[in-house]
Amino acid sequence: MPMTICKNDNITEEVICAHGLRIDEYQKIIALIGRMPTLTELGIFSAMWNEHCSYKSSRKWLRTLPTEGSCVIQGPGENAGVVDLGDGKCLIFKMESHNHPSYIDPYHGAATGIGGVLRDIFTMGARPVAVMNALRFGRPEHPRTRHLVTGVITGIGGYSNAFGVPTVGGEINFDQQYNGNILVNAFAAGIAPTDGIFSSKAEGIGLPIAYCGARTGRDGIGGATMASAAFDGQKRPLAVQIGDPFMGKCLLEACLELMASNAVVAIQDMGAAGLTCSAVEMGAKGNLGIELNLDTVPVREENMTAYEIMLSESQERMLMILRMGKEKEAEAIFNKWGLDCSTIGKTTDDLRIRVFHQGQLKVDLPIKVLGDAAPEYDRPWIESSKKTPMNTASVKSVDDLGSALMKLLASPDQSSRRWAYEQYDTLIQGNTLVCPGSDAGVIRIDGDEKRALAFSSDVTPRYCQADPYEGGKQAVAECWRNITASGATPLAATDNLNFGNPEKPEIMGQLVLAIKGIGTACRALDFPIVSGNVSLYNETNGEAIPPTPTIAGVGLITDWAKMATIGNIKEGDCLILIGGDGTHLGQSIYLRDILGKSAGTPPPVDLAHEKHHGDFVRSQIKNGCVHACHDISDGGLILALAEMLIKSGCGAEIDPGSDPYHAKLFGEDQGRYILAVDSSKVSFLIQQARTAGVMVRHLGIAGGKNLFVNDCFTLPVPQMVIAYERWFPSYMKDKSAC
Amino acid sequence: MQSAIIQFPGLNRDHEMSLALQHITGRIPYRIWPTETVIPNVDVIVIPGGFSYGDYLRCGAIAARQPVMRVVHEKAQNGVMVLGICNGFQILLEAGLLEGVLLSNASLKFVCREVKLEVLNTDTAFSCNYRKRQIIRCPVAHHNGNYFAEAETLKRLEKNGQVIFRYAQGYNPNGSVHDIAGIVNAKRNVLGMMPHPENFMEEAHGGTDGRALFTSVLRYARKELFI
Amino acid sequence: MEARVIVTLKGGIFDPQGEAIAGALGDLGFYDVQSIRQGKVFDIVLEKGEHEKVQEQLEAMCEKLLANAVVENYQINLLS
Repeated sequence: MPMTICKNDNITEEVICAHGLRIDEYQKIIALIGRMPTLTELGIFSAMWNEHCSYKSSRKWLRTLPTEGSCVIQGPGENAGVVDLGDGKCLIFKMESHNHPSYIDPYHGAATGIGGVLRDIFTMGARPVAVMNALRFGRPEHPRTRHLVTGVITGIGGYSNAFGVPTVGGEINFDQQYNGNILVNAFAAGIAPTDGIFSSKAEGIGLPIAYCGARTGRDGIGGATMASAAFDGQKRPLAVQIGDPFMGKCLLEACLELMASNAVVAIQDMGAAGLTCSAVEMGAKGNLGIELNLDTVPVREENMTAYEIMLSESQERMLMILRMGKEKEAEAIFNKWGLDCSTIGKTTDDLRIRVFHQGQLKVDLPIKVLGDAAPEYDRPWIESSKKTPMNTASVKSVDDLGSALMKLLASPDQSSRRWAYEQYDTLIQGNTLVCPGSDAGVIRIDGDEKRALAFSSDVTPRYCQADPYEGGKQAVAECWRNITASGATPLAATDNLNFGNPEKPEIMGQLVLAIKGIGTACRALDFPIVSGNVSLYNETNGEAIPPTPTIAGVGLITDWAKMATIGNIKEGDCLILIGGDGTHLGQSIYLRDILGKSAGTPPPVDLAHEKHHGDFVRSQIKNGCVHACHDISDGGLILALAEMLIKSGCGAEIDPGSDPYHAKLFGEDQGRYILAVDSSKVSFLIQQARTAGVMVRHLGIAGGKNLFVNDCFTLPVPQMVIAYERWFPSYMKDKSAC
Repeated sequence: MQSAIIQFPGLNRDHEMSLALQHITGRIPYRIWPTETVIPNVDVIVIPGGFSYGDYLRCGAIAARQPVMRVVHEKAQNGVMVLGICNGFQILLEAGLLEGVLLSNASLKFVCREVKLEVLNTDTAFSCNYRKRQIIRCPVAHHNGNYFAEAETLKRLEKNGQVIFRYAQGYNPNGSVHDIAGIVNAKRNVLGMMPHPENFMEEAHGGTDGRALFTSVLRYARKELFI
Repeated sequence: MEARVIVTLKGGIFDPQGEAIAGALGDLGFYDVQSIRQGKVFDIVLEKGEHEKVQEQLEAMCEKLLANAVVENYQINLLS
């Protein structure tokens, strides 16, 4: 093999810009390698140094997040985070965005988003057990929205249903600020033996590097660069990849089979920036060099160049470093599953990545530099002017609060998501205990008699926009609260930070403050961030999305027979309000959807109150006192209660307290729950709460077919059900579901 | 009782099917790879749900043409029970072990929800532990469960008592003709159905109405029942 | 040799996809569309051979795999 680089590429300023690199970044490359890069090398730098792979704008701030805790086995830095479940098992999980591709091609964009995050966790040795998705679309009336909703939802279902993993939760929201930039955030979790966690860190010199899975085509070239550039509204790069859940499922089975045979030293999936990113990461982490011969890479198309092979984002591929002599064994397992497996290189001791193609040396770069020396920016940021707090007395109370509730139940953001989640297989694997539509999705730990896992993903973008710091805190608190409401102990979380262009100081300010809020809340609630993803430049024609730091968390239930769900109220149960009455209407759903206004500050999260009240609720659920539980969030007390009654098929009589009723019913004060408690256990629970200094109030009694709110209104629950179930299918013009 | 699961790549409900069989029979089912041409002696051969070979071309079409299916055919002819659920039902139709075809759901959407079924015929190895006309709860999860057969075939199936499960009134999730959810062959030893009894076996699943299907098979295998 | 095989649903078989496409075209202002039936096209490249034998082979492919005789018809076009 020749050991000198071929130098015939013409790198112009235009070429550099097209790779999303700045001229000063290009100068830095030349300084680092001491010569002009080849085109393939430039492509590699571009892929490794873009925002998606290098976190160059966010790294400084991400470092401030708490990442350690008693249950944490692996924090950020690997493909996914790992927490200990005890009993020799661990949970591996991660959330990832696939925003831009899903806007361009909603079906394939969303499908490959799910496929990608699933690969992230099974790369580490986990068998996937649950997925969730957090989706944000433009306003419902926008001409593209319906098309995007259909495509994204069928794409998610198309991949996860065929792959065979249950969808246990998610969010769907509509807001005109997402008109040009939808968000598709996909979460996946899997279980692995604690002594069988795989890493991407290469070890050992001269070991074979095997390429496994689907063949390489020209799909998605430059995808990671696309994920880091703002849309101009016109030009859409044709870089969407096509996923194949069948091949993904075969890849999972083949990888787990090979891992179990002790043949794998290190493994890394080929996701963003494909072969480049995985080869560099494996070598750099292990302080080793990598040598690849692209002539042995299985390809799907003819005449592919080194540049294309190195940067292709074809799906369903893995790169592995095998133990010496295990090549044949790997090949046999992959071939059995109908997949290619080819040895394409070896590890070396010289800390360089060398790539040969058709007898030429195409790449010869110092490997550490690609990751470690990536630019890191301390971008200027400013805090946007703070909103003025609202006086509740100044917020108009509508005459008929019952109609207001009905309107919210039938509104785009608050109505039932059944139309979407019935398109997902929520039951596969036979462990689902709580399907989407409750506070948290819950699955049994396979093979475990009692223990179960709870999952939730949350963020309230309108709070984040009004106050990114409080909004960041609130996203963490709500996720923690939802997990708590099922009776689970929250363990850890993953964050998916979706923002606009960080080169604008006010956007950078949103990012910085939201991270600070997240960090503060995670520390107070003992809820470390163990993995994550940053998606920046979510802008079209200068219009940014509202700051959307999605938080997805996991929790452990010690005995699922005692868990609480939203829809298990029994006739005669006492309804208990924990955490105090509603007072705060700033940035509330009532204000936005009933009065048509956006004003005030979001409800502040008192983290000590949050922890204290949540811990109390969890202890009562664990004691078996609680039939049903729901946290109070968007739409306040009355929307939370309405959801519980709809899901339980039961009415209730409640005392809202004294006027102002609109604040009592619709106030979005944080750290609150409604519990449905067996009447024989109520005095005990209230006694316990008072002793513990927990704010507790008897709200009313469940029973009958009506929701009766003393002094305010009476509504028949069956009518509420119709309103709640109607919006989504009728918006989607779905006659079969109406 | 001994059972075997055919392991077509892309099937994904094999895990809970295996657990269900193990739970009822006390024995771990054999796993049979599609290229195999021998199936050990078993009482029941099961093809579970999923997306065999990606469901490319037509659901079940590629699986139905794998070498192992010739053996399944022979065994069925010799009276071995064959159970196909969801994709397994599609495969049995494509392989010609059952009559008819499963088209795309009328809604054109994947549907996962609990439905109600009526048990029409309890005179089979798969349904003898149900009561005739019993209404049971059972989940469905599929994109192509819209059963269709020509008028004459339908007439014959109905007349011979080959329609075992019908979606109860108001619960047809896919547009199936005659609300058909599950049928047997003329010899009544091959059952295909879209709903998932293996996902409704224990309290954790939200109900146990699926158990009777498996206990029926067990009862038949133990020769406690002659049909 | 190249052949194109077209597989279509038999008349009378409900075709929800065709109906959905017809509906969508109506929404786009193509009011003249009366009905649509969706089918599949297979472009197949084969070794050179006698016309009749190739035709026979293609028919066997259709019968054995490409079409489901219960609900589908097929049509074979030998292109070269």
